[in-house]
Amino acid sequence: MLNFFFPNKILSLSNKIINNLIILFILLLIAGLIYSLILSPPDYIQGDSVRIMYIHVPSSFLALGCFGLIGIASIFNLVFRIKFMPLLAKSLATVGCTFSLISIVTGSFWGKPTWGIWWVWDARLTSMFILFLFYIAYIFTWKIITNFEKANKASSIIAIIGLFNLPVIKYSVDWWNTLHQPSSITLTSAPTIHYTMLIPLIIMFLALAVYSIVIFLMRYKIEAIKFKLNKKK
Amino acid sequence: MLTKKVKTRINFLIVSALLTGVVIFIVLKSLEENVVYFFSPTEIYDKANISLKKKIRIGGLVKTNSIKKNNTIVNFTITDLKNEIVVTYNGMLPNLFAEGKGVVAEGKLKDKKYFIADTILAKHDENYMPPEVSKALEKSKN
Repeated sequence: MLNFFFPNKILSLSNKIINNLIILFILLLIAGLIYSLILSPPDYIQGDSVRIMYIHVPSSFLALGCFGLIGIASIFNLVFRIKFMPLLAKSLATVGCTFSLISIVTGSFWGKPTWGIWWVWDARLTSMFILFLFYIAYIFTWKIITNFEKANKASSIIAIIGLFNLPVIKYSVDWWNTLHQPSSITLTSAPTIHYTMLIPLIIMFLALAVYSIVIFLMRYKIEAIKFKLNKKK
Repeated sequence: MLTKKVKTRINFLIVSALLTGVVIFIVLKSLEENVVYFFSPTEIYDKANISLKKKIRIGGLVKTNSIKKNNTIVNFTITDLKNEIVVTYNGMLPNLFAEGKGVVAEGKLKDKKYFIADTILAKHDENYMPPEVSKALEKSKN
């Protein structure tokens, strides 16, 4: 499975696959938007602002997921010195960072009509903001440090430290009193979202997940080319 | 299969990860008072020394039939189903403020049973459903 990610392999990956993924993304997005904006009902308390959730929740999830993968790749990178791990991690950073920002902004838009305030420093919102800062730190380490080996080491350490933030984000709503509500979808019990709202949420999640894969593959190709060019020098 | 170098790195990583985990745990534990966004009425009651001058937040459910409005002044009771605190507030209420729903009030305690709020936030719970379903649920309850 890992063979797939070798720089040579990724370069021979045909653009057809990426194009097909883009088509899949567009189809999912159209279906997801129609379902979440038109077909799904308003919430019994929030009214139509519940529709913000269909972009907010998948974005938050993907922001956490991408950082988790970056952290794991960084561990493999530091311990086993696998050459393509830093390229893999680096390629995930931009899309994850974007989703963490989308999560924060859409959350604000939802918070104003629901809570009556744009932003509060409760444990969930603060830890999510810290995740965003970790993304920024990670990306800027690559940009600022020009020596590949040094940048690789520094960014990996940042990513591994950032891993500790992920369980804090996930469980913040259970460990402490927060203004943010606890999770509606858990592994242990039935979701507290009605199925007419769960379906658009899942479609939107799939759409944005496919989008993340597309961006990741595109970036990874670029990183692989850069890596090869650097080697030739 | 693992070379000595790799083993050393793994050990180093595990030890530093454990240390970082412990440090983070201790820091969060000692800052718990600041990490929690609000206190429940029971937590307020159980607190030995509580400052009446410091701004705090209390949260819970708005007790049913407790909202009394007089012009812009609103009185209501926050309950966690064990203890209650009476809140008085003068200002705009968020749209989702309602009896039986979650609320967070920011302000100062007068005493352990009386709170003067200068901000009211509505807290939403984790339930999402269409209005018809909620009505059907209400009906089946009665």
